[in-house]
Amino acid sequence: MTVASKIAADPRLDGLTVPAGGWPTTARSSALMRLQTMGLPVKRDEYWRYTDPSALVCEAPLPCDPLQTSTPIFGTIDKTRLVFVDGVFDAEQSDNPDLAGVEITRLSEVNDLDLHWAQGLYGKLEEAGQSPVARPLAALNTAQATEGMLVRVTGKPKKPLHISYRQSSKTSEAILHHVIKVEAGAELTLLETGTPGARSNVVLEVDIADGGTLHHIRPQGRAHGRHVATHLFARVATEATLKSFTMSLNGQLTRNEIVTEIVGDDAAVHVGGACVGDGDAFHHDDTVFITHDAVNCESRQVFKKVLRNGATGVFQGKILVKAGAQKTDGYQISQALLLDGDSQFLAKPELEIYADDVACSHGSTSGAIDEDAMFYLRSRGVPEKEAQNLLVIAFLGEALDEIENEDLAADLQSRLEAWFSRHST
Amino acid sequence: MLEIKNLHVQLEDEDKQILKGVNLTVGAGQVHAIMGPNGSGKSTLSYVLSGKSGYEVTDGTAILDDVDLLDLDPEERAAAGLFLAFQYPVEIPGVGNMTFLRTAVNSQRKARGEDEMSAGDFLKFIREKAKSLKIDADMLKRPVNVGFSGGEKKRNEILQMAMLEPKMCILDETDSGLDVDAMKLVAEGVNALRSEGRSFLVITHYQRLLDHIKPDVVHIMADGRIIKSGGPELALEVENNGYADLLAEVA
Repeated sequence: MTVASKIAADPRLDGLTVPAGGWPTTARSSALMRLQTMGLPVKRDEYWRYTDPSALVCEAPLPCDPLQTSTPIFGTIDKTRLVFVDGVFDAEQSDNPDLAGVEITRLSEVNDLDLHWAQGLYGKLEEAGQSPVARPLAALNTAQATEGMLVRVTGKPKKPLHISYRQSSKTSEAILHHVIKVEAGAELTLLETGTPGARSNVVLEVDIADGGTLHHIRPQGRAHGRHVATHLFARVATEATLKSFTMSLNGQLTRNEIVTEIVGDDAAVHVGGACVGDGDAFHHDDTVFITHDAVNCESRQVFKKVLRNGATGVFQGKILVKAGAQKTDGYQISQALLLDGDSQFLAKPELEIYADDVACSHGSTSGAIDEDAMFYLRSRGVPEKEAQNLLVIAFLGEALDEIENEDLAADLQSRLEAWFSRHST
Repeated sequence: MLEIKNLHVQLEDEDKQILKGVNLTVGAGQVHAIMGPNGSGKSTLSYVLSGKSGYEVTDGTAILDDVDLLDLDPEERAAAGLFLAFQYPVEIPGVGNMTFLRTAVNSQRKARGEDEMSAGDFLKFIREKAKSLKIDADMLKRPVNVGFSGGEKKRNEILQMAMLEPKMCILDETDSGLDVDAMKLVAEGVNALRSEGRSFLVITHYQRLLDHIKPDVVHIMADGRIIKSGGPELALEVENNGYADLLAEVA
């Protein structure tokens, strides 16, 4: 099929126009053109081999009942909160965005505000991340998003910045595009929590300058029917650090793509995730692409999934080491614990290396719960369900260990424990 | 205390009889030892009593103080007062030793309708028990048995025994893989737990352990049966002459 016929065959793209609103319009138009060339993803695309994108690109979102909020996540942690309801910023529910060391601008309000730093990034990292693999949902996002935050980190704010998503409408569609620029030597902890909408498409462009650090912690919300596509595009400079961790409980379809390019020496990128899936409607996909294009850098991918009652998990992870990226230390592990024979884990770990002095390893496992450990626990009086929960949480705990901040990790751990105690019938 | 009658057991997956009519009665406060050549069914007996899957009981009973163990799940047997010190304690990455022990203690208390132990009381209790077994704070913090030496694993088993205060303790080759000093330490731990209300079944290949844990009765097991029982002198006889004479005697 030619590109032209693909466009003609897709009425969903024909009607698309670019929202007006200041300088981002240029990036939007360019993204729309790119999108029209690549077309929307279909199941037969190699990159969508294990995940059917149709629910992410059909005309209207499938309905999803919003989850009644119980105890707010990270409730005991002091933070500056920016709230989006159904994908629209809600100033009233948000904190005053005065956080020393951070400049925050709402995307919908940029107009012709001169944000030189953001103009050089908006849609640019997304565009760079389109090669060697097309990511049309991200181009769609750049073309269509009117909401999101442009965040410039110039210092080391005392508390985390919290982007909090809430869903109130059963059929809402949320398209959010954030840009985070961490200036040299600056450091931010970014919390991104909740379900943005019944269907959501979220892009995060992250640029970390020399010696800068971003900690990104993302619990994705527990609405059962949600459909989510996320992209994290990051460029990491000399001695800079990116640590991103995602926890996914529930949800119907989740595709989290992480595309990171290490462009400066002595930098580190750690990405990880813990996912719990229950039921045959559950499908969760982590797709990671880390490019090493500098000397003496380290990257780590640690992804763990617990799947049961027919749930499906996918991991596609790649480490690309470019020629000259010597002394690269690349590590990748993806593991699934399958609690029954109906659940499945599909993994495609890849290494592509063009330098000769590197240490790269990858591993992928899927298996059942350790029967010897189960018997050991039960022989000490721990009931079967509780023993299983202990082992499952221990398994996921190895992924949670990737989170540096112990308070944040403890909050996520307690949520996992609560999930399993609620669901162990 | 423990009364095993005519116990017949075969493997679930294959038609292989392992226990062929075991009869054994351990009175309250007694220490019984079981010795026997490899493959005689000693470890199978300990697994079947504690409820490991993979075995099928085709005949017989095992009663612990009026409770028929063989009908119960492993955790129910534990709550009823049974404890197995494993020959090969299992490593459980990601589960802290302390968390594991507190969960175990409180699960058993809950199953027996008792109040759970408070965090403070538990800490006091475990520190006291750990000290006598030379188990340091670091070993309590580490994941269960992960990276423990052979001796540390066995001491950890005895610590669990001390914390859970069972009525009936089965020690499955607790002396295997231990040097003399470690064996002494483990034996002292066991001896400290001996009481009128607590019985022991000590499975071992060697008489050596029985120098430290003095048995009241010694049984010789061969081919899925107990073929001879006697006093501590029986263990010495095995040590000096091996099993050949005993086996010939029965045959």
